[in-house]
Amino acid sequence: MTKHLLLAAMILIGLPFVSVADEPVVADRIEQGRVLAFERRKGNCLACHLIEGGELAGNYGPPLLMMKARFPDREVLRAQIWDASVRMPTTRMPPFGRHRILTEDEIDLVVDFLLTL
Amino acid sequence: MIRIKYMLVIACGILFADFAHADPEADRQALVNYYQNRFPNVELQEYANGLYAFDENAREQWLEMEDFPPYEIAIEEGEEYFNTPFANGKGYADCFESGGIGIRQNYPHFNAALGEVVTLELAINQCRKANAEEALPYLEGELVAISAYMSFTSRGNMIDVQIQDDDPRALAAYEAGKQFYYSRRGQLNFACSNCHAQSAGSSLRADRLSATLGQATHWPVYRSKWGDVGTLHKRFRECNEQVRARPLEAQSKEFRNLEYFLSYMSNGLELNGPASRR
Ligand code: HEC
Ligand code: HEC
Repeated sequence: MTKHLLLAAMILIGLPFVSVADEPVVADRIEQGRVLAFERRKGNCLACHLIEGGELAGNYGPPLLMMKARFPDREVLRAQIWDASVRMPTTRMPPFGRHRILTEDEIDLVVDFLLTL
Repeated sequence: MIRIKYMLVIACGILFADFAHADPEADRQALVNYYQNRFPNVELQEYANGLYAFDENAREQWLEMEDFPPYEIAIEEGEEYFNTPFANGKGYADCFESGGIGIRQNYPHFNAALGEVVTLELAINQCRKANAEEALPYLEGELVAISAYMSFTSRGNMIDVQIQDDDPRALAAYEAGKQFYYSRRGQLNFACSNCHAQSAGSSLRADRLSATLGQATHWPVYRSKWGDVGTLHKRFRECNEQVRARPLEAQSKEFRNLEYFLSYMSNGLELNGPASRR
């Protein structure tokens, strides 16, 4: 229940952000990040993570919820995607930056998208 | 430089010590304990059913599929191939113990004369070559059907793979297979164990992940995605490709060692091949 309230609060807090995102450039970056995160041959984050708006998500990794609250420092989030093994050597998440699965720009786009969740 | 050499010597020493003390039975028991602690409700024999040990919905669809087993044709064709004599009048039955009936649970094994792991599929082609017949392709067709028939005649037997403790080469082959299973590879940087040990029972997209125990009990498999029966090495190739690793051939030494390790981990489980998977 509290989770739902939190989520609702997050969505409300998120609303002003969405209107900022009306600015076409930002909205476009977020959409690009979303596509990269969902696309099988790109991030394929959905294979492992539940992400709002995505279908057929796996539960191999934790759900990606409330990212902005949980990752106030953007660089920490980016580092997790670039090479999760730095934070956790036994990680089961692919090193998207270190192994060039995504380009540096693509990782930035994914981070932009995640921070709207 | 001297220090590097020194460290290499130590590293080799550790590796060697590891080989000398490799204890497959302790490894197997550790895996059994690991899964039984993690999934106390899953019976040990259930692991022979792969992901269906974990997934109720998928299990029901699977049981329905088993009402009209999609691998039945392969068994029938395989029986016919198996019983068709070679040009020299001999047949497969002459190459194998017990006429080739009910023996699959003992494969793969380490062949001392060859100094390598021999899988059932390799043995089928060895038999052909010994009788002046051409080797068959490993990924589809006649050889897979023969393998399916030979599994079928072995159903219900307990997997019983042996690693001779008086032959260090057998232990080394097992160890190489184990290393393969636990090493990260490919662009996605996964070890087999990341998915099938650490994450068994979880899902990747819509697929639940099977456990290491039981991955070798039921081959060949009719897979809906393939629309055909295929061998364990076909599945190895697919998982290997999935992690975007350098491709390996069916029946390569690496894959035979891997099968040796993986089959040993299934010791004590019932052979239930051929099987169907989605
Ligand atoms: C094959 C599985 C897999 C894929 C694909 C994957 N992840 Fe992960 N991810 C994990 C696992 C498992 C964890 C849990 C922690 C760990 O093992 O590092 C994780 C953790 C995370 C975390 C930290 C969550 C937290 O609460 O600390 C973030 C953020 C994350 N992943 C983002 C992503 C993004 C973005 C993508 C796609 C570009 C992605 N992941 C793709 C498996 C995966
Ligand atoms: C990124 C995850 C992942 C990795 C890494 C992975 N696999 Fe798989 N594997 C799967 C999925 C998904 C399936 C299909 C569901 C199932 O049967 O487990 C599968 C199926 C299998 C099966 C068939 C199981 C059955 O019951 O028929 C075998 C055998 C197998 N994998 C072995 C391996 C080996 C050996 C490696 C390492 C070379 C490996 N896997 C690496 C995801 C993975």
